[in-house]
Amino acid sequence: MDVDKIRQDFPMLRGIKMQGKPLIYFDNAATSLKPQCVLDAILDYYRNFNANSHRGDYDIAHHVDVLFEETREKIAGFINANANEIVFTANTSMGLNMVAYGLMPKIKEGDEILLSEAEHASNLLPWFKVAEEKKAIIRYIPLTKEGRLTVENLKKSLSPRTKIVSLAHVSNVLGYILDVKSFAKEIHKTQALFVVDGAQSVPHMKIDVQDLDCDFLCFSGHKMLAPTGIGVLYGKYDLLCDMEPLMSGGGMNTHFNMCGKVGLQNPPLRFEAGTPNIEGVVGFYAAIDYLNAIGMENIDKRERALKKYAIQELQQCENVILYNKESESGIVTFNIKGVFSQDAGSYFNSKGICVRTGLHCAKILTDFLKTDGTVRASFAFYNTEAEIDTFVEACRNGGNFLDAFFDDK
Amino acid sequence: MRFSMTNEMMREIIMDHYGNPRNKKETDNSEYQTIFMDSVSCIDKIYIQALVKNDVLIDVLWHGVGCAISTASTSIMTELLKGKTTKQAQYILDQYLKMIHEEPFDESVLDEAIVFMNTSRQPARIKCATIGWNGMEKILNGNKKDR
Repeated sequence: MDVDKIRQDFPMLRGIKMQGKPLIYFDNAATSLKPQCVLDAILDYYRNFNANSHRGDYDIAHHVDVLFEETREKIAGFINANANEIVFTANTSMGLNMVAYGLMPKIKEGDEILLSEAEHASNLLPWFKVAEEKKAIIRYIPLTKEGRLTVENLKKSLSPRTKIVSLAHVSNVLGYILDVKSFAKEIHKTQALFVVDGAQSVPHMKIDVQDLDCDFLCFSGHKMLAPTGIGVLYGKYDLLCDMEPLMSGGGMNTHFNMCGKVGLQNPPLRFEAGTPNIEGVVGFYAAIDYLNAIGMENIDKRERALKKYAIQELQQCENVILYNKESESGIVTFNIKGVFSQDAGSYFNSKGICVRTGLHCAKILTDFLKTDGTVRASFAFYNTEAEIDTFVEACRNGGNFLDAFFDDK
Repeated sequence: MRFSMTNEMMREIIMDHYGNPRNKKETDNSEYQTIFMDSVSCIDKIYIQALVKNDVLIDVLWHGVGCAISTASTSIMTELLKGKTTKQAQYILDQYLKMIHEEPFDESVLDEAIVFMNTSRQPARIKCATIGWNGMEKILNGNKKDR
């Protein structure tokens, strides 16, 4: 992989400065940077074939329809699904909400929904709502000492009353990769459905939903080079057919009359009421092409290497507390000894380095980690070892965090 | 009484208040007004408690969790406002917020609080330097409305 060449494709990596320093972007778990080809694709849509989808009989509208469905096929290919199993959403949160509310009619009083303490708010709060409405019970699969989920603990937590198991493929705080395939095998020995939050996995590794055998998988475009506001809900076709749409309106019905009788479209259109995010879809198309050209296996390998290098270097800093040395993906969660995470965040800002601080929307996990908050550096394939060196040097001097306010250099 | 404070002195004052925050305790005395300030974007959770009698801030307390900037700025605020009339307190508060937002301000009333004059260098931290002060403002304004 020619990282120098790749970096030329990203306008944000060509001379942008922050606090007078060259920008080092280590907040990829929040959102990725976008390559020029994605920006060009969005502009191309508005400049050359601006039209609504599924609406017009004229050429440019037809072109939008073709591109829209081609993108669906492209994404299906990307995760080895069928195109009719790909529902466009706004983001992962929306996808998870669509599944939770869509499955709600099937949940009864006393049914159990199985989650984990490491989940992001997006994969907890919709289920809390379902549990509240249906008087269902939320249970948590215990984490191991280091914060992992194991099949063993899953087995102990599954019961005849378990209706849903919903888990992140990769934890957005600790970066552990869930063994989705083994989990699916175990879960499918029961009646339960397996929902996977793929926000932190799909952008970083090769995904094959048929091999993994999860029932639903939600992810966001903006974490994988596409614009914000576009995401995907994958569901096994039969399950989608059996699911209620969260939103109603134009484009999702076949017919309706004055008595309120509504005929529903088949999936995926059933779940796509209203004018979709067309620029998002068009940008997603370009993003998938870009990722495919590099190859997800290569991206995965490169990001694991960056993580490994960062850990190796950070372990030599006595003032750095690492929370996830052993995890595989490109997420490093840490604290500088004696420095509140957000103070560290400003300090890194003053060095031109973007990191995330606080609870990372996984507010239950802080109890597990026994800290008020952490700093998270998350890498993407376009990051470099040299950037990590600058970052590690900043960590080494992190005790002087008030430099952010008083250093004149 | 203008004196020039070096950066080193300002750092020390912040670290001192961060390490030994003043007036940091919780009371269940119902005569105190309590305001809870938390933030969507950060993990600070700060409670301000004030005892106001005859338009005088008899006591100002705080407790909660915060970063160095929110802890030190709230600690300094409680010291500065304790014993002041609500009118004086409002004036000090206005000057502080003007300083934070880089507007002309009267530094004669801010004492140690001027250590936060550089906050605008890190715009994302303005909310930390003002969280306690905004809480106090709510108490003062609520006080006005009651009469």
